[in-house]
Amino acid sequence: MGHYYQPEIETMSREDLKALQSERLVAQVKHVWENVPCYRAKMEAAGITPDDIRDVTDLRKLPFTTKDDLRENYPDGVRGMPLEDCVRIQSTSGTTGKRVVAYYTLEDIDLWEDCCARAITAAGGTRGDVCQVSYGYGLFTGGPGLNGGSHKVGCLTVPTSSGNTERQIMFIRDLNTTILCCTPSYAAYLGESMKEMGMTPEQIPLKAGIFGAEAWSDEMRRDVEKTLGIEAFDIYGLTELSGPGVSWECSEHNGMHICEDHFIPEIIDPETGEALPDGEVGELVFTAITKKAYPIIRYRTRDLCRITHEPCACGRTHARMSRLLGRTDDMLIIRGVNVFPSQIETVLIQQGYAANYQIVVGRENNTDTLEVKVEMTPEMFTDNVGEITKLQSDLVAGLKSMLGLKAKVTLVEPKSIARSEGKAVRVIDNRKF
Amino acid sequence: MTIKQVSVFLANRPGALNSFTKVLTENGIDMRALSLAETSEFGIARVIVDDPYKTANVIREAGYISNLTDVVAAAIPDVSGGLNSVLNVLTQNDVNIQYMYAFLGGPKSDQAYMIFKVDEPKTASAVLGNAGIRTATQEELSSL
Repeated sequence: MGHYYQPEIETMSREDLKALQSERLVAQVKHVWENVPCYRAKMEAAGITPDDIRDVTDLRKLPFTTKDDLRENYPDGVRGMPLEDCVRIQSTSGTTGKRVVAYYTLEDIDLWEDCCARAITAAGGTRGDVCQVSYGYGLFTGGPGLNGGSHKVGCLTVPTSSGNTERQIMFIRDLNTTILCCTPSYAAYLGESMKEMGMTPEQIPLKAGIFGAEAWSDEMRRDVEKTLGIEAFDIYGLTELSGPGVSWECSEHNGMHICEDHFIPEIIDPETGEALPDGEVGELVFTAITKKAYPIIRYRTRDLCRITHEPCACGRTHARMSRLLGRTDDMLIIRGVNVFPSQIETVLIQQGYAANYQIVVGRENNTDTLEVKVEMTPEMFTDNVGEITKLQSDLVAGLKSMLGLKAKVTLVEPKSIARSEGKAVRVIDNRKF
Repeated sequence: MTIKQVSVFLANRPGALNSFTKVLTENGIDMRALSLAETSEFGIARVIVDDPYKTANVIREAGYISNLTDVVAAAIPDVSGGLNSVLNVLTQNDVNIQYMYAFLGGPKSDQAYMIFKVDEPKTASAVLGNAGIRTATQEELSSL
């Protein structure tokens, strides 16, 4: 086989996995009760003690943890190990508020890198591969996590970090990079740049891409796969839980396997907090059962997705989550309709546009307005105004049928929408309430 | 005989045409004719230049989206009724005109040129030729 990094764990029976999770959860709850006052206070307020948690089915008795809880405990209120046992911190970008500072022991880092190594192996990575990590290095977890995973797999690791597109392309070409790790929007940008330089997919040595840290659509995936001539693998993670590698895709491309020996997933109704069954869309909640320096109990990720515990054709037994369908906090409510940027992206790519767009929401005469700006492509341009106006009205119709809303579509000149080398800024909301 | 028109996508905002003609100026390109079609958000500049291939290359490098469009340039004497005589021939032959514009040949010439974008430019050129109306070559327009 050779397709698994840790076959004994990745393919263990559900019963054995449940027993392992139970044992680890019980120990983790004891650990936070004894070492992290904020968790203990929450448990006391809910009237429970570690004795109430006997196995994974008792998980639901524990209180949720929110991002606000973590922020209120900035900088080290959630730290579960003495400072002398901690060897690293990583931190969130702080795009939605105060930063979260996550602590790691050496063992925490080791387990995290195992998760990333599983992801790279699942994407076909092995000794002899050249793995270029174009995620940012530093406080952001993307670079360090995949860097460590790549070492564990035995790939030659190229730590380019993000940015400097010309240098990225130079290394891909000159070092024959076979695996690229970056955000999907940066992969699209790299692909576009290589195409402009006249490189065909056959001339690009890449075979696989591990793309995450952003929601993206299937259409965008197909686009990137075609331009770069690769197989794309989704990866998911967050700093609060360690970083990338919490879940990742296998070659079946039918959901991302969650490293359930480290992270127990739940899906809840974001409004009521009630657990939802497999297959229903809800907010993803995670409990980290192995990491000690920054233990996380029932953390509400605000990411919306589905999960399934059905066996996967790849032989892995760990549950799978769908790609992210949005976030409870990036959902736009326009004229009372829930709109996710990923829905708009789907329509754009279906109709042949590049995945570079901007959504501008405004308010005129007490009514929300939605404008989608998208760049004209050389393939779609004609000298005939009527044909271009038809493209616009097709897009308006496509968006109407996807969203149930009439949007204004503006075709703009190429490169007039700012490219992003990190997370793309897709939405400008000018509404003031 | 057909010639190449350069068609360029421009945003409808102040300065868009200026930035475009700046690229032409910097590259020493001489325009023979310019026609603009616009909507509230975007415009298409259609230009006849001395060197269409060079123009297509330099504006692509400058980041514009453009294409080369085959159009017919009917060369007629600059007299009253000139356009009407051309349109009579096209109408009699069922040639559909998508758009057109005109320019004069300049001090060295007593010609007027009518630029036609039609569904089938080669057919249009042939029917005009049969009716005794000359269509200009790219070389003729370049040397004006």
